[in-house]
Amino acid sequence: MAWTNTEMADEVILFFKPNTSVNLGIGMPTAVAERIPDELNIMIHSENGVLGVSGRPSKNTVSATLINAGKETIAIKNGASYFDSSMSFGMIRGGHIDYCVLGGMEVDAARNLANWMVPGKKVTGMGGAMDLVNGSKQVIIMMTHFSKDGVAKLLARCQLPFTGLDVVDIVVTELGVFKPNGSKFKILKLANGVLMSDLKIESTLLE
Amino acid sequence: MIKKNTKVFSDALTALHDFQSGMTLMSGGFGLCGIAENCIDALTQMNVTDLTVISNNIGNSGRGLVKILVQDKIKKAYCSYVGGNPDLEIRMLNKKIEVELVPQGTFSERIRAAGMGIRAFYTPTGFGTLIAEGKEIKVFDRPCIMETALHADFAIIKAQRGDTFGNLWFKETARNFSPLMAMAAKTTIVEVEELVEVGEIDPHDIHLPGLFVQRIFQGKNYKNEIEFLIMEKE
Repeated sequence: MAWTNTEMADEVILFFKPNTSVNLGIGMPTAVAERIPDELNIMIHSENGVLGVSGRPSKNTVSATLINAGKETIAIKNGASYFDSSMSFGMIRGGHIDYCVLGGMEVDAARNLANWMVPGKKVTGMGGAMDLVNGSKQVIIMMTHFSKDGVAKLLARCQLPFTGLDVVDIVVTELGVFKPNGSKFKILKLANGVLMSDLKIESTLLE
Repeated sequence: MIKKNTKVFSDALTALHDFQSGMTLMSGGFGLCGIAENCIDALTQMNVTDLTVISNNIGNSGRGLVKILVQDKIKKAYCSYVGGNPDLEIRMLNKKIEVELVPQGTFSERIRAAGMGIRAFYTPTGFGTLIAEGKEIKVFDRPCIMETALHADFAIIKAQRGDTFGNLWFKETARNFSPLMAMAAKTTIVEVEELVEVGEIDPHDIHLPGLFVQRIFQGKNYKNEIEFLIMEKE
């Protein structure tokens, strides 16, 4: 049985050590925020200038000037701080953020990521993704296993324009958890009942 | 007698009186959070064209800088993310505007560099991607690309509190790119929700020293719009 988004989020969280920091990308990774147990004491970073995000606001705390990088209203927890964009990306680029969790269009066995544009289609921009993949200590990609055309998004070589080279540490899809090691994807875990053949990845690419 | 130096202007139009066609403009804010609403409204009334605009999103959801984008006053834009801005996406596809997409950390650092007197810097961000095309590459611990400072003629930014010297205090995540842009522009215009006398903001609480601010005015009619309102579950 394929994992739900919530179950995928829980798989991501298994990689988090206590007392660390994480940046969550927009889209699928936002599901991670709600699932992080309080006792892990993780500081969630949002690149628009806040460290210490904690879920959603109440009627009393909601504020137009308190948002995350997805421009959604948020709440903060004790110990949170605000800063400008330069300091925020200094945290990222300087290697001070432990994990980033981003969505993905394609990941290849050489640890390359493509997640920001499809040539000829509408362009949205890379936002902070290129900085995050190069700066975070560990890069976790959380994405659907297959493209809309039913093709596995774990490839020998990305076809779409790169977001970063040699940057991906872990890939979590609804079918399993994978670690690209340069030439192959090491299978760390498969969802219950999922077979190797369900992955639709060439067996020579799997380990 | 020495004439009293004052940075205080009456409103956005008078503060922008010498802003002209062809100039480069930085505009603070992340999405709609912390944007200079009064200055943007003033620009919609001004006869200025061929602008180069440096702003993270160039507005969103039909609001913010989109107001001057749809008047086709912008010739070139530097930004990092245009998702949620369909008016810009259409103009990009139709090549009605030149857009340079810059990774957000590189974007903020290029602006910071201008204000800090740094001409260029090397970063691994973007190495091996389309962003690196035509840029100098140098290998340190890892391959890096050279990125240059981004300057502007004017910056328009908004702060929640400011004094008459231009010392500023920003609320929550409204700070974002604004202090960096204030440092990078030749003329920085600040609109504030609350203009106070010098001394009223504790020096410990000043997020941007007034040295970087040339003009300031008391803003009005703020909408402070929320793009995506999501509340905790009851």
